Amino acid sequence: MTDDFSIEKAVQQSTQIPEQSPASFFTQLKGFWLTFATMFKKVETIPYPEVKPPVAERFHGRHQLNRYEDGLEKCIGCELCAWACPADAILVEAGDNTPDAQFSPGERYGKVYQINYLRCIFCGLCIEACPTRALTMTNEYELADDNRNKLIFDKEDLLAPLRAGMLQPPHPMYPGTTDTSYYKGEVTGTHPSQEVKAPDA
Amino acid sequence: MSRNGGEGMSTSELIGADPGWLILVKGVLIFVICVVATLLSIWAERRIVARMQVRIGPNRVGKFGLLQSLADGVKLALKEDLIPKAADRIVFVIAPIISATTCFMAFAVIPMTGKVSLFGHSTAMQLTDLPVGVLYVLAIASVGVYGIVLAGWSSGSTYPLLGGLRSSAQVISYEVAMGLSLVAVFIYAGSMSTSSIVEAQNKWWFGVVLFPSFIIYVISMVGETNCAPFDLAEAEGELVGGFHTEYSSLKFALFFLAEYVNMVVVSSLATTLFLGGYHALPGLGFTETWLGGWFTMVWFFAKVILFFFLFVWLRGTLPRLRYDQFMQFGWKVLIPVSLIWIMIVSTLRVMSQQGAPRFVIIAFTFGVLLLVFAGTSLFERAKEQRKKEDKESLKAFPAPSFPVPLLTPQLSIGTEEIND
Repeated sequence: MTDDFSIEKAVQQSTQIPEQSPASFFTQLKGFWLTFATMFKKVETIPYPEVKPPVAERFHGRHQLNRYEDGLEKCIGCELCAWACPADAILVEAGDNTPDAQFSPGERYGKVYQINYLRCIFCGLCIEACPTRALTMTNEYELADDNRNKLIFDKEDLLAPLRAGMLQPPHPMYPGTTDTSYYKGEVTGTHPSQEVKAPDA
Repeated sequence: MSRNGGEGMSTSELIGADPGWLILVKGVLIFVICVVATLLSIWAERRIVARMQVRIGPNRVGKFGLLQSLADGVKLALKEDLIPKAADRIVFVIAPIISATTCFMAFAVIPMTGKVSLFGHSTAMQLTDLPVGVLYVLAIASVGVYGIVLAGWSSGSTYPLLGGLRSSAQVISYEVAMGLSLVAVFIYAGSMSTSSIVEAQNKWWFGVVLFPSFIIYVISMVGETNCAPFDLAEAEGELVGGFHTEYSSLKFALFFLAEYVNMVVVSSLATTLFLGGYHALPGLGFTETWLGGWFTMVWFFAKVILFFFLFVWLRGTLPRLRYDQFMQFGWKVLIPVSLIWIMIVSTLRVMSQQGAPRFVIIAFTFGVLLLVFAGTSLFERAKEQRKKEDKESLKAFPAPSFPVPLLTPQLSIGTEEIND
C-alpha cells in the first residue's frame, strides 16, 4: 500500500456526491412538452406489406444459382457449399454432363440442388465457398410458408431466370471453347447456330 | 306540471317531471354513450400514445383502425373463460360485475346538456338530479373499488391479491384528497347537486376561482382511476396484471370496460365541477341555444375529451410511481394542502358573506400568502440543515486501520432516511 493512501481523504472525496435535488418544476414540464411535440413528428413505422423499403445492398436473402451468358448453369456440383454450410442446409448431388445433355461447361453439373430454409442461417459461407460464383444471394427475404416441405427449395426454385439471349440447358457449349473460357468470362452469349435452334423464336 | 316546463324551472324540477319512458330512454342513452365512449377512447388512447412514441398505432380494422376495440371486444368474448381452481367461484364472478355496473351508475347524475327537448318533452340530459349528487358519485366510485379488491382476493393468487390491496389503499388515500378538493366547490356553489354546481359556474368556472382544488382533483382523479402514472394496482412490470391477472374472456373485458368508463366518469365529473359543465367557453354563450340547446352537449364532451387527453398525455409522459412515493404524495402533500386550502376558502367565503370590508379580505389574503412563503422558506432551511448533518455524519465514519476497498457511501435519494 502506498503512503499517500489515506482513508480520511478517500471518505472525504467520496462524500462529495453531486447534489441530487429533484429537477425544478419547469424542467419537469419539459417532459410533457417532449411527448406533446412528438405527436406531430413523422412516425418511424413502415407499413410493411404495402411499403417494402429496399434492404441493404448486400443483404443476405434467398439464394440463387446463376447461369453463364449463354444459359448454361454455373454450378459444377462440387459440393463445396454443402461442406461449408454450418447448418447442414444444402444438399448437392452431382451428375455427369454428356454430349447429349450438357447442363454446365465442363464435366459435371449439379443434378440435385436443395437448400433447406428451415435450417439455413443466411451466414453466406456457401457463397464464399463457391468456386464458380454459381451460388449467390438475392435480397429477397419473404420466405415464410405454411408447410415444411415448401421451405426446401429445389434447383428449379433457386435457378436464376433465363435472360434475353440465354438458351435453356441442356445445350452444347459454345463451339471452340473450354470450361476455362467460360470461367474467364470469354463467352458473352449463345452461338448464332444455337440461337437458330431455339424453339419458337 | 306542464308538459313543456316553465322558464324558471330548475334542472331538478325539469327532470322530476320526466315520464317513466323518458327516464328509460335516457338510461339507455347514457349506457350507449358510455360504451361508445369506451370503444372510442381505447382507440384514441392507443393512437395518441403511439404518436407520442413515434408509432402509428392500430390502423387496420376499419377506417383509421376505429373498429379495433370492437374487434378486441369480440375476440375477448369468444375466448375461453377460465376460473382458477383456487378461486372463490362466486366472488370471482361477481367482482367484474360490480366493477362494470358501478361505473355506469355514476354517470346518472352528470348533466350533459342544459334545457333541451327530447321527444317533445322539455328536459335535460341528466338521468336524475340528487341533492347530494357529487357525494353519490364518490360513494359509487368507492363501491366500484370493491370489484377490484374482491377480484384480487377471490383469484386465490398472489399477484392479484397484491394488486387488489394496492388498489384499495390507493383509492382510499386519494379519495380523501378528492373529497377535500370538492369541499371548496360545495362551499362556493352552496350545493352538492351537480346541476346547481354547473349553474353556479355561469360567470366564473370553479377551475379558475378554486384553482388549487382543481389541481388536487385532477391529480387525485388519476389516482382514483388507476391510470398511469398511478397504475400501481395493475403494474405490469411488478404484478403481471395486478387484480385481473387471473381473469380471461368476458370477465376481463368487463374490467377493461369499467376502467375506461371510470375515466370518462371522473373526466365528466371534473368538467361538471370545475370547467362549467355543459356551459360554453366564456364569450361564446350564444352557442348554448344552438340546435335547441343540444349544442351544449358538444361543449360538455369537448371538455371531457380535454381531460381524457390529459390522461393519455400523462400515460405517455410519466413513469409509474414507486408505491411509497405514491402514498407519501397522497398523504403528506395532497391532503394537507387541501386542508389548508379549504380553511382559506371557507374563511374568505364567510368573510364575504358576513360583509367584511374589502381591505380585511385583502389583508387576510396577504397574510395567508406571507405565511405560505414563510413556511416554505423554513421548510427549505430545515432541508438544507438536514443535508449538512447527513454529510457530517458520513465524514464521521471511523477510519479502519487496515486498507479497505474504496466504496462510495451512497446517499439514498431521500436523504432524510439516514440515521446518525
